[in-house]
This record gives sequence, C-alpha cells and structure tokens, in this order.
Amino acid sequence: MSLLEINGLTRRFGGLIAVNDFNIEIGEHELVALIGPNGAGKTTVFNLISGFYQPSEGSIRLNGKDTKGLRPHQVTALGVARTFQGIRLWSEMTVLDNIRIAQHYRLGYSLLDSFLRTKNYMLREKAIDDIAWKLLEAMDLKDCANELPRNLPYGVQRRVEIARAMSVKPSLLLLDEPAAGLNSADVEGLIKLVRWIYDTFPVTIWMIEHQMTVVMSLCSRIKVVDFGTTIADGTPEEIQSNPTVIKAYLGDDTI
Amino acid sequence: MQKHTFTIGLFALIALIVALSQLNILDQYYTSVIMFMGVNVMLASSLNLVNGYMGEFSCGHGGFMCVGAYVSSLCTVLMFSKNQILGAPLLPPQLAFIGFPIALMVGAGAAAVAGLVVAIPSFKTRGDYLAIITLAANYIIISAINNMEIVGGPRGFMGMSATDRAMSGVIDLPWMLIFVLLGSVFTVWLLRRFVTSTLGKGVPAICQDEIAAEIMSVDTNRMKLIAFMLSSGLAGLAGGLYAHVLGYVNPQSFDIMRSTEVMVMVYLGGMGSLSGAAIAAVSYTVLMEALRFLDVWKWVVIPLLLILLMQFRPEGIMGNKELSDLFPKLRKYYSFK
Amino acid sequence: MEIFQNILNALQFGSFYALIALGYTLVYGVLRLINFAHGDIFMVGAYLAYFVAVTLLGIGGLNLGLHVDPALALAITVPATMILTALVGVTLERTAYRPLRRKGADRLYVVITALMAGLVLENGNLALLGASRKRFPDLIDKVIWNLGGVSVTNLKVVVIVAAIAVFLMLQFIVTRTKIGMAMRGISYDKFAIPLMGIPLDTIIVVTFVLGSAMAGLAGILFAMSYPILEPYMGALIGWKAFIAAVVGGIGDIRGAIVGGFMLGFIEIGVVAVFPSTLRDLFAFSVLLIILWLRPTGIYGVAQTTKI
Repeated sequence: MSLLEINGLTRRFGGLIAVNDFNIEIGEHELVALIGPNGAGKTTVFNLISGFYQPSEGSIRLNGKDTKGLRPHQVTALGVARTFQGIRLWSEMTVLDNIRIAQHYRLGYSLLDSFLRTKNYMLREKAIDDIAWKLLEAMDLKDCANELPRNLPYGVQRRVEIARAMSVKPSLLLLDEPAAGLNSADVEGLIKLVRWIYDTFPVTIWMIEHQMTVVMSLCSRIKVVDFGTTIADGTPEEIQSNPTVIKAYLGDDTI
Repeated sequence: MQKHTFTIGLFALIALIVALSQLNILDQYYTSVIMFMGVNVMLASSLNLVNGYMGEFSCGHGGFMCVGAYVSSLCTVLMFSKNQILGAPLLPPQLAFIGFPIALMVGAGAAAVAGLVVAIPSFKTRGDYLAIITLAANYIIISAINNMEIVGGPRGFMGMSATDRAMSGVIDLPWMLIFVLLGSVFTVWLLRRFVTSTLGKGVPAICQDEIAAEIMSVDTNRMKLIAFMLSSGLAGLAGGLYAHVLGYVNPQSFDIMRSTEVMVMVYLGGMGSLSGAAIAAVSYTVLMEALRFLDVWKWVVIPLLLILLMQFRPEGIMGNKELSDLFPKLRKYYSFK
Repeated sequence: MEIFQNILNALQFGSFYALIALGYTLVYGVLRLINFAHGDIFMVGAYLAYFVAVTLLGIGGLNLGLHVDPALALAITVPATMILTALVGVTLERTAYRPLRRKGADRLYVVITALMAGLVLENGNLALLGASRKRFPDLIDKVIWNLGGVSVTNLKVVVIVAAIAVFLMLQFIVTRTKIGMAMRGISYDKFAIPLMGIPLDTIIVVTFVLGSAMAGLAGILFAMSYPILEPYMGALIGWKAFIAAVVGGIGDIRGAIVGGFMLGFIEIGVVAVFPSTLRDLFAFSVLLIILWLRPTGIYGVAQTTKI
C-alpha cells in the first residue's frame, strides 16, 4: 500500500480551477519533487493534503485512510507535517517552545493533569522536552533553543521550521519551497539537511521547489504541473528533456 | 527550603493581612480595598488569558462576572438566608463553610458555560467581529438579569451577607477577606500552571499564527474553548466573591464600564504577563482610591493616563515578560512550575 | 394602522443608528480602526448643537444679545454643528490616533486609545457641565400630519430623508470620486498608497471629517426629536449603532444603512409585542445570532489568508 494516494483531486475557487484532476501515488521513503511555474497550483495541492482546503472533487488517502472532512490538526496527527512558503514560526515564543508545541497531538495528558501537575503530566512533558532537545541537537540548533525566531537569521529560521515539522514525527514531510530566499551557502546546507533527514528518519519527503540544483540533487522523482494540470512525471533526466516542460517554463517559440 | 520561600512568604502575607484585619488594625475601609484588589487580580489575570495570551479582544468580561455573581448569590441566599421569594434558609449556618465554596464553584461553572456564547463563534471568526460578539454577550447578560424578577431585576439582589454572618457566627474571622485572598491566589496559580504547560502554550500559538498552529497539530477549536471557558469561569468566580463582599449586586455594576475597567488593567499590566496583570490590578485599585478626591474628574484623568501610556509605553508595565524574566534571581525562591 | 405607525418609528430610529453607523464604518473601512469614541462624538455633536442654538436664540449662558429667528437659527445651527463636530473628530485623529499610526503601533493600542478617548469625552462633559440635563430649544414648530390614523411629524420625515440623503452622498463619494478611490485604496494597503503619490494623512482627515460631521448631524436631529441631553446619551446608542454597522458588514456603507434600519425595526418590533424592558435583550440576541450565522455581517467579505 502506498503512503499517499491522490485520485482525481480537483479544487475550484469560484470560476478558477486551481488544481485539476491531480493524481499521484507516493510510497514509503521516497524523495519526490513537485515543480511548475508560479501559480500552477502547487501550494494548493499541499494545502489540500494538509486539510487547510477541502477538495472540490477527488480523494486523498494517507495509508489507505481517506482524509476527507478532517481538520488540519487531525491530518497532522496522521503523520503529515509541512513547512510554509513564507516562514510561519510562532515568532514570540522560543525555538524550543516552537518545537514542543508541534507535538500537541500526542501530549497524552488532559487539562486537569496540567492543573494538578500529575505524575503522568510530568512524564509526558519530560518526553516532549527530550524529543525537542534531541532534534535541536541533531539539527545544530541547540545554541538558539532559547532565542526568539525573529532574532535569528533567515536560513536558521528555515531550519527551525523544518525541525518543528520533524517533531511531529511525520511519515510524510511536505516542504513548500524550502530554498526560497536562501543564499547559495544556505542552499548547500539545506540540501545536506534534507539528505540527512531522508537518510536518518523513515520519512517520505515531498517538496515544492524552484531551484533546480536542489531538486536535481535530491529527488529521484519529479512531477511537473501547470495551470493545475499534471504535464509530466518522471526521473530528473526525463523531465529535463521533456518538451512540454520546456515549453511551460520557457514559453512557446511559435509566437 | 529556599524553593518554597515565595509560597511561604505569600501565605504569611495572607495570614498577616487577615490577622491585621481581625485585630482591627486594618479598618473596614482598608480591608475592603484589599478585597477589591483581590477581585481585580482575578478579573485581570483571567481576562489576560483571552486578551493577552490569545490575542483576542474580548470586551464583555463584566458579563461573565455577572453570571458568576448572580448564580452563586442565588445559591447562598437559597441555602443560608431568608428571602421573600426564595423562602427560609435551607441549611444550618454551620454548613456555610462547605456551602459557600460550592456556591462559588457553581457560579464559576455557570459563567464558564456562558463563555460558550463567545467560544463557539470564535471557531469561525476572530478579531473585530469577535469583539462585537463579546460586547453583545455582555449586553445580553445584563438585560437578561434586568428582566428577571426573581433576582430583583434592575433593583438588584441582596441577602448574600447572611453567608458571611453565618460563617463569622461559628468562627469569628474575616471570612470574606480570607476567601478573596485565597481565590486570587488560586486564580493566578491555576492560570500559571495552564499557560506554562505545553498544552497551554497552544493558546499563544493561536495568537501568533493560527494557521500554523492548526497545521502543526494544535486543535485550535479545543484550545479556544478551553481559553474562553477558563477565562469566563474564573471571572465568574471573581464575580461570586465580589457579590459576597458587597452583600448586594445590581446588573449595572457589571456593564460595559466594568469590562472596560478590566481591560484597562490587562493592558496596563502588559498582555501575556500574569505578574503584570496582578501588579496592574493592585496598582489600579490603589490609583482609583487615591484619585477618589478628584470626584467626577477621576474618570477623565484615568483614561487620559491610559492614552499617554499607549503613546509612550504601549506594551504596558511588564510587556509580555514575567517578574522572573526581569529578575532571574527570583527563580531561586519559588518552585511552582 | 398601528403597524404603519411602528414602521415609521422604526425608520426614524433606524435613521439615527444608520447615521452613526456610517461614521463607524467610514473610519473602519479606511483605517481598520474601530473608533470607539464615535458614539461620544455624536453626544458632543448634540451638545454643540445645543450651545450654538441657545447662543443664537439668546437664551443660553453665553448671551451675546442675539435673538435670531428660530428658523434662521436652525439654518445656522446645522452647518455650524457639523463643522464643529468634524473639528472634534479631526482633533481626536490628530492628537491621539495619528501619533500612534506614525509610530507604527499595533492596531490594538489605537483601539484602546479610542475607547479611552470616548471616556474622556463622556466624563469630561459630565465634569464640566455637571449632571443636570440640558433641554434643547424648539427650533421648528412641530407639524403633525394625520395620514389615515398614522401621525407623521415633519421632524420624522426630515430625519429619515436626511439619513437616506447622507447615505446616497457617501456612497457617491466613496464609489465615484477620486478621494473615495483613495479611501478604498488605503483600506487595502496603507503602505503602498503614499508611494502612489496620494497624501495619506489628508485622506484620513477627510474620512474623519465626513464621519464626525454625520455624527454631528445625527446629534442635532436626535436633540430635536428627543430634546433632553445628558453626557451618557452617546454611549448606548453609539454601541448599538456600532453593532448595527458590524451586522451590516463593517467597512461597507450599504451595510451601515441596512444594519441601522434593521436594528430600528427589530427594536420597534420587539416593543410592539413584548414589554419594552426586553428591547435590548432581543435586539442584541438577534444581532448575535446574525453574527453567528454570518460572521462577517451582511455585506462584509470574509478575509482570505494565503499560505
């Protein structure tokens, strides 16, 4: 059974068809890219998967379970974590808190426990803390654990956002343009980081990315969309030589 | 031992205040000012959960206070006092020690349920529109009470002092003072435990980025429900105590003016700071008493002060910091996490 | 016949709410600021009208020896009050809101400032003029037409006509003129507008002038219809008008009119059936239910967030 199975996914906003009959099947432990020109509907696909939008038509299945009607936090609890195009960290809370809060779906204690500070509460908070610290250490963020995200450089904020997504313990990690706004040194670091995450955790990574260096050096499979419709699907080599893709990106020369 | 310094100090202070009041060193006036301080601390810190931590603009806190005040008063009057409509007391005065806290809890519970009126719309809407809903809720509660003859309508409701008398009749101590002080400690303690837990940190996460919160697995609807109900419930508790301190309530004392007052305290202290709310509530009460000589001008001077505050230090006295953030050494002296 | 009488009364009350709601909605539409002081600006308008009128008639404390004919006095009082009230609104903007805007302060701080400014106006009035109520002089002779059992006074007609005329004028200004286009532009992007060569502050001042002048007009009309003035008269009616504006969809001029008249009809309708003490309870409950069902009001557009 595949991890993610999308069939005939369509989303309309009024008269605009943002995503049209989108299909994909992604297995466990894959590294896939979704590319396409601006406004092609890539982020909408991610928003549909994470439950932020409901599909107009079609279905999304995670491990065989239809996510229809689930609210975003419920989808996340099924093991889908994501980052955002513009960084959306909780900017007035420390990096450590950011990573703790993303474990909300498996807190394992009730409101009453938090009032009474029961043994269960103490154990669970300790476990949450441990996971957070381990992630910070592994992702080289330990030094800024008590910093506010807004005081950190952009590249580090990106890393914090990925760390936050990883603290969900996802089986599917969606990265929405992780290299946007990074300088070339940071991009190098990002490639290494994604590669490391892929090698270390049993996670499938699906990323939207415009920078071809990132896509080509990481992903084994690329899906190209334009105007909401899939125009190509294949390995990096196949995509690079696909005439439809070239046309979508560079335009038609028969004007 | 050192870890408990703060707790011991706090309870020693309470004992001292109670003793001074008992020995009449603190006269009636000072005692009642201290009691209003306690009520204000409860109101300000509970509203801070919604207006500070969650970043909403609830301007109907007085309404929830009103629900708590009337429901708990109705309970105690029913139990311990003679009322023309409700009849003779149902319970002997000795039981007031159990009956009164239960009545307070019932009032708080009723106020928490009233909080649903605001909590449920908050799932779909926020910001300005939610502010109107809180405002409308405040008006609805006030005019509902105004139309209830059983609690005296606009004339007000009394008979709550019988509970105080019942308790003092058994053991002669300033019971209302004790309950108010314990109530305010309880409120701040409960809120502090909530907002420092990972569960409670979901509330500021909603304030700072609701979409990110929802997508990063925070059940935002549940958090809003908890925040609004906890906030209004504690306001109800404060209302119950307020009613029994005065021994008389009328709907007008919980109108939009009261709500504004509580908001002033929250923003004076700093949003998202419990120690700020407590400090602001105490200093606001003192300020109100100190400016008493200004008479009607008081309500010109206080808003002007707040306007100036907004111009020059909009983040309030404490910003979103706690006392222990500003003076880290304090951490040695307390252990309530 | 009673039903027509009630409809007329509802239209009259709705007109007051609508006139005040217009001020809320104008400022909100441009600045995204709930100008909580607006209800009190209405009150100030009524008081200013009173002072202008008694001075002209030569019956007030400030006796300049003028004994102007009541009709002429009215003709002077209306524009004078509107100008003076507009001045109050602009002063408020200049002294309280603009410095905060310049500092880039959070919207919340401006809202609190507005709330406090309202208190200053209310209680300042109380402190200066005392708690005694003022009686507004009669400026026009009351004419009552009896149309098949419905008594129509000239004043009621004037109030309703004024509300509709003001609505049409504002709708024209906002949708058809250059300045209106700038106003709508500011509500979309406050930072881009000055870069396009549009004087931000001027547009905002115009907004406050319009909104406050309408509150002033409402003040005169209210004082003529219900000639007893007191400092807190603006508080409740202001809050109600504000809720009406929100129910209509704050930021939209049509919303203010629809919300205002709707509130008028609900209130009069409740009083016609139930004891009048239930008026506020029902009116607010209905409004709350509308907001539950349509959180952005009747004409309001939900703001969409992109991620």
